[in-house]
Amino acid sequence: MNRATFPHKFLPYLLLLPQLAITVVFFYWPAGQALRQSLLREDAFGLKTQFVGLSNFKRVLADPAYVNSITVTVVFSIATAFISMAVALLLAVQAEKVIRGKTFYRTLLIWPYAVAPAIAGMLWLFLFNPSFGTLAYPLRLMGLNWDPLLNGPQAMTMIIMAASWKQISYNFIFFVAGLQAIPRTLIEAAAIDGATARKRFWTIVFPLLAPTSFFLLVVNTVYALFDTFGIIHAVTGGGPGKTTETLVYKVYNDGFVNLILGDSAAQSVILMVIVIALTAIQFRYIERRVHYG
Amino acid sequence: MATISLKDVRKDYGRNPVIHGISLDVANREFIVIVGPSGCGKSTLLRMVAGLEEITSGTIEIDERVVNQLEPRERDIAMVFQNYALYPHMTVFENMAYGLKIAGKNRTEIAERVSSAANMLELGPYLTRKPRALSGGQRQRVAMGRALVRDPAAFLFDEPLSNLDAKLRVQMRLEIKALQREVGTTSLYVTHDQVEAMTLADRLVVMNGGRAEQIDTPMNVYLKPASVFVASFIGSPAMNIIEARVAAESRGVVVAGRTIDLDHLRLHLPAVGAPVLFGIRPEHIAVSETEKVDLLLTVSAVETLGADALAHCYFEGGKKGRDFVVRLPGTRTVRVGEHLPVVLDRAATHLFDPESKKRLN
Ligand SMILES: Nc1ncnc2c1ncn2[C@@H]1O[C@H](COP(=O)(O)OP(=O)(O)OP(=O)(O)O)[C@@H](O)[C@H]1O
Ligand SMILES: [Mg+2]
Repeated sequence: MNRATFPHKFLPYLLLLPQLAITVVFFYWPAGQALRQSLLREDAFGLKTQFVGLSNFKRVLADPAYVNSITVTVVFSIATAFISMAVALLLAVQAEKVIRGKTFYRTLLIWPYAVAPAIAGMLWLFLFNPSFGTLAYPLRLMGLNWDPLLNGPQAMTMIIMAASWKQISYNFIFFVAGLQAIPRTLIEAAAIDGATARKRFWTIVFPLLAPTSFFLLVVNTVYALFDTFGIIHAVTGGGPGKTTETLVYKVYNDGFVNLILGDSAAQSVILMVIVIALTAIQFRYIERRVHYG
Repeated sequence: MATISLKDVRKDYGRNPVIHGISLDVANREFIVIVGPSGCGKSTLLRMVAGLEEITSGTIEIDERVVNQLEPRERDIAMVFQNYALYPHMTVFENMAYGLKIAGKNRTEIAERVSSAANMLELGPYLTRKPRALSGGQRQRVAMGRALVRDPAAFLFDEPLSNLDAKLRVQMRLEIKALQREVGTTSLYVTHDQVEAMTLADRLVVMNGGRAEQIDTPMNVYLKPASVFVASFIGSPAMNIIEARVAAESRGVVVAGRTIDLDHLRLHLPAVGAPVLFGIRPEHIAVSETEKVDLLLTVSAVETLGADALAHCYFEGGKKGRDFVVRLPGTRTVRVGEHLPVVLDRAATHLFDPESKKRLN
């Protein structure tokens, strides 16, 4: 490691100051606010604020709507992470086999990542709108009673699709890189050892992709938990009923729509704890994966 | 146990020919070494036999069965790679057992075969380790073990020792030879190291630019190199090859103004006065003890190797740059600038055609 030397002790901190200021103002301050807010209760007109300890947390955790929201989030996150990773892996493996126009093919697959979540949501909304959606029509023809505006599971399927679709590009890049890091000779050795292409994939390639896959699993879970707000907001708005109301969406709904600030803040604090836990796991594994090979 | 037969095998990458038609018949239990400089197509040839590279034209047979269209797994071969290609996520045992497991052997048989191979290679204590916890030499053994347990029709080696240090390389070279003697599996072995080639081979294939310049036993390749390339590639230090002319009455050749009589080669010499390449190995030159002198040399540099010394010389009156190497016993001291009258061993002289570079005698 190369260490730059500075003439003054303060200079490095001074140079870091703008970044630190941004972090403090836009991350720590709001986080602190949320933490403070989660311990307070405000009356309906915002005239009085009262310290209530952990009672906001107690109420939130006991609320059936919150428990429902946890279930929705778990189903949504697992499905989104799994689908986006599985499809990306499939595409990456196929892209490895392409000989001519490899770069072109890859570039095309990376593009969807540049689409903003809300736009992606709108795209899917239009495609699957029950009355004028281009893809809703064939679904109806197949005898499916397609109506995500009223049917909860169908609404869930739609946001999972939209959320996965957007994340596939990102996962694809990582899987392509991961596949390229596996020495060709390993696969050749397995071929000579008698393994078929399928066997080679499951016994050699897939295990050696484990570090990449795990990293992506964490990233995708975090993505599904937090970055999909735009998609949900645009496509279902948490409905029908509360069938697609994820934790993040509920924070928004309770805080900014229903203006129950204390509950909303308590929910964000719980979310914060979840993120910190996930990040901690991720870092442990990133360190571990260096030991492969 | 198997024979391998290549018939006019060619390989083009796109429009770029890399192997220009190689034919070779490998007998059962034979150890063939393919040797040549970097980029001459050794690996490509081996990989075609393994089925990792398509064959542009010609046929490859393993055990009298044409394998051109067969997948590697259908060819019943095992290969040892230069970088060993051990599966990093499997233990030594699992690495060796992988092929057997795929072949559907039962657990007891796998355990038996792996442990017998591990014993042979002294890998017993490492069976539960992952490859990253092994030294280079141990990894090399695991790679050998993985090939060995499968008891294939043929072994293919692609420079398996080139990542080891010099001492270990010599040791492993001997072990590979002993092992192959013991199990008797037909082997193709690629290397660019001529010592490895000479010591391991039953027969050598000397390759250059995608062609097999000579296929013969190591001793014949050394004694009767088929071309200028083989002559200068095999043997260390390389053979001295000098431009000469055929002497009057075809008595011999004229080198640096002196006539070297080569009566026994009279029949092989081209027309009087024609140019010819004359070759002699450094070890077949001796300092003259009598009146008879073939060449008069001046020493320009000396390399002392212990058992012997190499004197780099130039011809009296000749150009200084031209290097002519003489191997002297280590006990004889020579100084730079010293004049060396030498005699040549007539039985070890070589003549090559300057046009085709092929051997004349
Ligand atoms: N995939 C490829 N596409 C085009 N040319 C190739 C390809 N693989 C190898 N070559 C060319 O084929 C020639 C032979 O390569 P090969 O790897 O067989 O050499 P080698 O004799 O094994 O050399 P080394 O001793 O360095 O391993 C080289 O000139 C190389 O550039
Ligand atoms: Mg090679």
